[in-house]
Amino acid sequence: MNPWPFVAAAYVVAISLTAGLLLWAYASMRRAEAAAEAISRK
Amino acid sequence: MHALANPTRFLRLARPVTAWLLLVGLVLSVGGIAAGLTLTPPDYLQGETVRIMYIHVPSAWLGMAGWMGIAAASLSQLVWRHPLAAVGGRAAAPAGATFAAICLITGSIWGRPTWGTWWEWDGRLTSMLVLFFLYLGYIALAAAERERGGEGRIAAIYGLVGAVNLPIIHYSVLWWRTLHQGESISLAGSTIDSSILWPLPLTMVGFTCLFGAAVLMRMRAELAEAKVEARMRRLGRA
Repeated sequence: MNPWPFVAAAYVVAISLTAGLLLWAYASMRRAEAAAEAISRK
Repeated sequence: MHALANPTRFLRLARPVTAWLLLVGLVLSVGGIAAGLTLTPPDYLQGETVRIMYIHVPSAWLGMAGWMGIAAASLSQLVWRHPLAAVGGRAAAPAGATFAAICLITGSIWGRPTWGTWWEWDGRLTSMLVLFFLYLGYIALAAAERERGGEGRIAAIYGLVGAVNLPIIHYSVLWWRTLHQGESISLAGSTIDSSILWPLPLTMVGFTCLFGAAVLMRMRAELAEAKVEARMRRLGRA
């Protein structure tokens, strides 16, 4: 059994999910902080 | 910890720390992954599939560490009423759930060429799956409580009770000797050869930094959302 497809699949899953988590956390933080800044300027 | 109870003081510290954690986490994770994929020899028994270890072990650690964080935050909220504890608990849950999911999926992928099966109802695998479901329950419960304007006490109690699963996961390989291997790395040392082991600390620290960055970003988002909600309430009353 060729092991590389399994190794590649594991890395793709780990990197995709970690990147997804970080992007989602960053986007939600930027959105919330922009809204808070906008409302404090009013 | 109580020095950070003031959200303004916390944010002053969290902003630079988030950026540093992201930077250090990315450098160490990419370096560790590159080294694990190219610079280490294949294992004499498992061959090339041993390289899955460099992502599977950090995700297992972070899946468990996330719940340790939730349990510590829950205790801090219930006993000392730390104002940021509930925020911290809620922020740790999505990151912990993500790494628990990575651990389960990469473990399953590793299991197919090594054990000949994608899944087995083994003590370690099952208790890790239970942890993943506990995360989903915590996320749903905390969100529902927050929506109703609660303080998050029910979610905190759930967070403490759920911590019972952590020693079960840890000792599962000793209590039930089934498919998952026993402990290869402990405080006393490692049974893995150093020529294979050395990139693992890089990915362990790297992914831990990324986990920390994700938690801090979620905490900052929650604090900003709370600020907007408070302001809207004040405007509504005026």
